[in-house]
This record gives sequence, C-alpha cells and structure tokens, in this order.
Amino acid sequence: MTTLVPLVTGGAVAFWICGPIMVAAALGMILFRKAVYSALSLALVMVNLAIIYASQDAPFLFVVQIIVYTGAVMMLFLFVVMLVGVDSRESMVEKVQGHTVASVLAAVGAFILLASYVGSSLVPGARGVEAANATYGGNVQGLAALLFGKYVLAFEATSALLITAAVGAMVLAYAERLKPRLDQKARARLRIEDFVTNGVHPGPRPSSGVYARHNAITSPALLPDGSVSEDSVSQVLVQRSGLADPNSLAAPTRKAFAALETAQGEDEEEL
Amino acid sequence: MNPNYYVVLAAILFAIGVVGFLVRKNALVLFMSVELMLNACNLLLVSFSRVHGNLDGQVASFFVMVVAAAEVVVGLSIIVMIYRVRHSANVDNENLLRY
Repeated sequence: MTTLVPLVTGGAVAFWICGPIMVAAALGMILFRKAVYSALSLALVMVNLAIIYASQDAPFLFVVQIIVYTGAVMMLFLFVVMLVGVDSRESMVEKVQGHTVASVLAAVGAFILLASYVGSSLVPGARGVEAANATYGGNVQGLAALLFGKYVLAFEATSALLITAAVGAMVLAYAERLKPRLDQKARARLRIEDFVTNGVHPGPRPSSGVYARHNAITSPALLPDGSVSEDSVSQVLVQRSGLADPNSLAAPTRKAFAALETAQGEDEEEL
Repeated sequence: MNPNYYVVLAAILFAIGVVGFLVRKNALVLFMSVELMLNACNLLLVSFSRVHGNLDGQVASFFVMVVAAAEVVVGLSIIVMIYRVRHSANVDNENLLRY
C-alpha cells in the first residue's frame, strides 16, 4: 500500500471514496422501481468493488471483476431486462402482512451477526499480501501457482461446471417450432388460395403515387380513372395522418403549367 | 487500513442484498440481489486474504466469480423461459409447482 500522507494510505482513500458510493448504489439497486436502473446501480457497485480490490493488492481480481462481472454478467442482465420488458412494473402489494418490516429486521440481524462475529475473529492488524505476491514474481503468477498447484482439482471441476452451464442455457433457450416453416412455394400457394376463395389480388400492391413535386410513401397513387388507389399507401400511415389529397399534391404543378401557358400566350401575342 | 472496516462494508452490502432478495418481486432484481451478496462475500475473501498474508482467499474469490457466472447464465435463461410461458417476471405469479 502506498502512503500518501502520514497515516493515510491509498487503500484508506479508496475505501472512504468507494465505500459510501457502493452502499448508496446498493441501496439504489433495491429501491429503484425499474429493473434497468437496478442493473446499472449494481454495475456501479461492481466497478467500485473492483477499485477496492485494486487497493487491496489484488490486481488480477480487479481486472476479472471488471471484465467478468461488469462486462459480462451485468450486460447479460441488461439483455435479459430488455427481453423481459423494461417497463414491466412490479406491484408493491404485500402478500404477507408486515413482510417488508420483517425482511428489514432479518437483514439488520444478519448484518449484526456478520459484523460482530466475523469482525471478532480478526486478529489486529493485517499482514498484507505484498510478500505473497512477490514469492512468484507477481500477483498473477502467485494466483496461477495456487490454481494449477493446490487447487487444480477445483479448477478442473470449474471447467465441468462451465460446460454444464453452457449446455443448460442452450437447452433452456431452445424452443421447438410448433408450426412448419413457410417456404416460398407454400406462401405462393397460400396467396393463390386466397385469390380463389376471397378474390384478393395475388400480386404485389401498387406503389405510392409519383407527382412532379412529391413521391413520398404517403402520397397516394391514382387509378386510370383519376380516383385514389387505397392500396398504394400503408394502412399505418393512413391511420396516423390520413390519406393525402391528390389534388393538393398536384396543385403546384398545375399552377406552374397554367402560368407557363399564359406566358406562352403572351409571347405569341407579342409576335 | 484496518480490515474491520472492510468487514463492516461487506456486512452492509450483504444485508442490503438480503433486504432486496426478500422484499422485491421482480425475478431479475432478486437475481441481482444474490449477485450483490456474492460480491460482498468476495470482498470479505479478498480482505481476509490480506489479513492472513496469503493468496488463498483471492483464489477462492476467483472461484466464486466463476460459479456466479455459470449461475447467472442458467438462472437468466430460466427467467427468460418462464417469461415466455407466463409473460411475467413476477415471482409471486410462479405457482406451477403448487398443483
């Protein structure tokens, strides 16, 4: 640990900055109504925890915490929040009377138990892991020596666990197709059947109208008799803003033509 | 830095995780509370690793992270699967095993 000023170490500075942020973000996680905010608060907790790891001479865990927890796990959480519905509000109705109060009391009890009993098992002062880190030339090397030496069996079991988890996720995410897939042939047959029974035109619908100054998809096409073709504009657009009047769309062009014709007439008179 | 402070911080985070797990009803937030508790334990492991002056605690913390990652993968796919069937992530609605 580096000493900044006498009696104040870098670890203490990191602790007193990151600790309160972590507690506030953790409280935010359980208090926010929306799951997205909870997930982001938890990400904040994890980043701050990584900083505390770094201040406790655990650089490998610092990096793993950010990559695995903040990078992978929390992003997975955010993806699932996106799938399951961001704005699915949860009801705050208590199914059991006094549930919240009892829960908070239980948590306070757990806190007192943990803080007092775990805390009382501490021997005063910390030895620090600088010596342990230096034994193999670094924190990563020291962890590797332990992982592939003393804990190699646990490490191998971990690989089995990860493979099982991956297979489990694949099995759970697999959804069997309930209806056969519609290929091009089947779709064409359905269209022709629709034409035979209901008289629906099997070909593509007419494209939107093209006027001299408008060709947006909201402008309706005109049929040969001058009437509006309802099929040429998407129903969604019609419901949102109504069908545009073809006369008003064509009006500027007609005006321009009329002006041109009068100008031509004047020219002929002058000649 | 006195390791007692880290123990208290980890205990606070763990207790907040306990409250979240007991009070909230959204399955995703419940899962996040579990993650918070796991993280509090990791903090304790790293702190005790420093107290004892060896790296075993950090290795244990690493294993906790691996297990948590595997757990999240399976747990979240279960939540997604339940959501597909029930269209809800509320844990109070899941009563299929009751009947």
